[in-house]
Amino acid sequence: MEKFQTLHSSAVPLPIEEVDTDQIIPARFLKATTRKGFGDNLFRDWRYQNDDTPKPDFVLNNPAYDGTILVAGRNFGCGSSREHAAWALYDYGFRAVVSSFFADIFRGNALNNGLLPVQVSEAFLHDIFSAIEQDPQATFTIDLEQQKFTIDATGQSTGFEIDAYKKHCLLNGQDDIDFLLSIKDKIETYEQQRQAAAV
Amino acid sequence: MGKTLFDKIWDNHLVSQVGEDTQVLYIDRHFIHEVTSPQAFAGLEKRGIPVFRPQQTVATADHNVPTKDQHLPIREELSRFQVDKLTENCEKFGVELYGLGHPYQGIVHVIGPELGITQPGMTIVCGDSHTSTHGAFGCIAFGIGTSQVEQTLATQCVLQRKPKRMRINVDGELQPGVTAKDIILYIISQLTASGGTGHFVEYAGSAIRALSMEGRMTICNMSIEMGARGGMIAPDDTTFEYIKGREFAPKGADFDTAVERWSLLYTDEDATFDQEYHFLAEDIEPMITYGTNPGMGIGISQAVPEVPAGNVTFENSLKYMGLQGGQAMKGQKINHVFIGSCTNSRIEDLRAVAAFVKGRKKADHVNVMVVPGSKQVEAQAKAEGLHDILTAAGFDFREPGCSACLGMNEDKVPAGEYCVSTSNRNFEGRQGPGARTILASPLMAAATAIYGELVDVRELLNQN
Repeated sequence: MEKFQTLHSSAVPLPIEEVDTDQIIPARFLKATTRKGFGDNLFRDWRYQNDDTPKPDFVLNNPAYDGTILVAGRNFGCGSSREHAAWALYDYGFRAVVSSFFADIFRGNALNNGLLPVQVSEAFLHDIFSAIEQDPQATFTIDLEQQKFTIDATGQSTGFEIDAYKKHCLLNGQDDIDFLLSIKDKIETYEQQRQAAAV
Repeated sequence: MGKTLFDKIWDNHLVSQVGEDTQVLYIDRHFIHEVTSPQAFAGLEKRGIPVFRPQQTVATADHNVPTKDQHLPIREELSRFQVDKLTENCEKFGVELYGLGHPYQGIVHVIGPELGITQPGMTIVCGDSHTSTHGAFGCIAFGIGTSQVEQTLATQCVLQRKPKRMRINVDGELQPGVTAKDIILYIISQLTASGGTGHFVEYAGSAIRALSMEGRMTICNMSIEMGARGGMIAPDDTTFEYIKGREFAPKGADFDTAVERWSLLYTDEDATFDQEYHFLAEDIEPMITYGTNPGMGIGISQAVPEVPAGNVTFENSLKYMGLQGGQAMKGQKINHVFIGSCTNSRIEDLRAVAAFVKGRKKADHVNVMVVPGSKQVEAQAKAEGLHDILTAAGFDFREPGCSACLGMNEDKVPAGEYCVSTSNRNFEGRQGPGARTILASPLMAAATAIYGELVDVRELLNQN
C-alpha cells in the first residue's frame, strides 16, 4: 500500500445518497483476477450508455470537474462487500471519499487500500457541495496527520475520525497483513489455549 | 453485569488488542468463492506464504457459474478463467473445493449450513456481505473484502473494530401468507438501509423463535441490507435438530457434548444493548419493495410513498423504477420472476413455492426462473417431486448458483422490465443494466408468476 500524503486537490461532486457498490462497480465487471483496471468501469452504468458512449450529464464526463477527492451523499458504499469498489475508485485516481456516512465494509476496504474515507457532518457536506457549485475548481486540503479537512477558499475546516491504528497504517503505507504475520506466535498460543480448554 | 450472545462469542475469539479500538479476532471457518479470492491467493504467492489453516477453509464456485449445462465447459471466457483459477488455487494451497460437478456445490451460504460446517458459537467470514446468513445458528458471521480474505488465509485472523450491539425483537404471530422474508423486509423498511450501520444485530422474540432454520437464515442474511455488520439468533432446539446428522456435524456423544456447550449461547437477562427495537408480527403484511434500495419497502396493500420535497435520490429512484408517488403496487404487471439466491433458495422455499403452484400454470407473459441454492437442494427438490410441479407450471428449473441475484453470469433481467425477485438487493442494475427489481418472499413470487401481476397472497391462500 502507498503512503497517504496530505491531499490538496479539487473535488468531484456526487450529491446522491445511498450510492451502493453495485453502482460503483457492477458485478459483471468483477471477473478480473488482479486488482488493476477497475477504474475503467467505475460507475459504469451511470457513466456510459448501453452502447458504451459516455453519458454527458454524469459528473465524471463533465470536464469542469476533476481531482482526487470524491464528495458524495450519505451511506456511501452500502451493499456488497466487493473490495473491487475501493480498487475502482483508487484505480480511477481518487485518494479520498468524503461523505456524511459510510457503510462499514466499504470503509474498511477503502482503508485497506490507501483510499481515505472522510466522514463529515451533513451541514459541512452541504458546505463542500456549495463551494464546488460556486467554483468547480475549488480546492480542499485533507491533512491526515492532523485529521483535518479544509475548504481552502473559505478556510473553513472540520476534524474527522479515524482509528489510530488505521491512521498509522495509512501514513506509513503498512498493510494489516504485515501486522498479523508479525504476531503469529500469539495466534498459535491462542489456538493451543482453545484446544486445551475444549479437552 | 450480564453479557450479550454477541459478546460471549466475540470475547471467546479475541487474540489480541491493537491500540484502543482495533482487535485481532480468531476465525473458525473461512468460506471462499471464485470472485473475491483470486487477488488474495495472489497476495500469498507474492509473499511466498501458505494458507495457515487450510482445514478451516472451504471453497465453492457460485457467483459466476452458469445455471444451465454445468457439466459442459463454461462458455464465457472470463468466467471460465475465474472459476479455473479457483480450482488451481485450491489445489496449490490445499483447500477443499466443492466446485462445479461436485454433489456439495452450491451458493456458499446455503452449503455451509446444509453440510453442518456452520455451528453455533463459531466465528465465520467470507468475501461476501451475505455471510451474515450463518448468524442464524448463533455465530458471529460477517462479510469481508479481499484484503481481509488474504489476512484470514494467511493468519486465520482479521483485524476488527468491535461493533455496537443492537437487539430487534419481533413478538406475536404472523398472519397466514406472511413469512420470514416479509419480517426482514419490514424491519429494513422501518430502520432504513443504513439503520443498522456500525452494529451487530441479535434477533429475538416469539415470532423469531417460531421460525425454522431456513426462515432464520433468511432474516440474518439480509442484516447487511440495513447496514448491520451481521445478524444472529441464539441457538435452541430448532437449531440443534437442524444440525444433527449433517455431514460435518459432531456425531454421537460428541454431538451431545456440543449441544451442552451450545446451550450456553444466549444473551444474559441483565445484558444491555446500545440500541433496541420492538415490532409486532401482526403488523406485518406481505412486503414488496418499490425503490432501489432494500429500505424502500411497503406492505402489498400500501401505495408508493410521495417523493419528499427536494429529495433527488428518492426521485431518481422512482424514475428508475418507472413508478410514481401515491400509486398502488397491487396489480402492477410483471414480466419476470426470479426464485433463488442465498436469501431464498433452500428446500423450504421451494416447497412453499411448489405448494402454491401445484396444479397451476404461470401467466403466459411471465418468465420464471427457479435456481436451487445447492446441488443437494436440487436433488432433494427432484426427489420430493417439487421439480415436476414447477416444471409443469412452466417454470424454468435450473442448476445451482447466485444467478440473477447479481447478474454476473448470463441470467439477467432485460432493461426496463420488472422482476419480482426472492433475492436481497433491488439496487439499480443489480439484475442487469436497467432491470427493475421488486424484492418479495418466495410465496409472493410464486403468486406473481401465476397471476402475472403483483397480488396480495393473503387473498389467495384460502382458494388453495
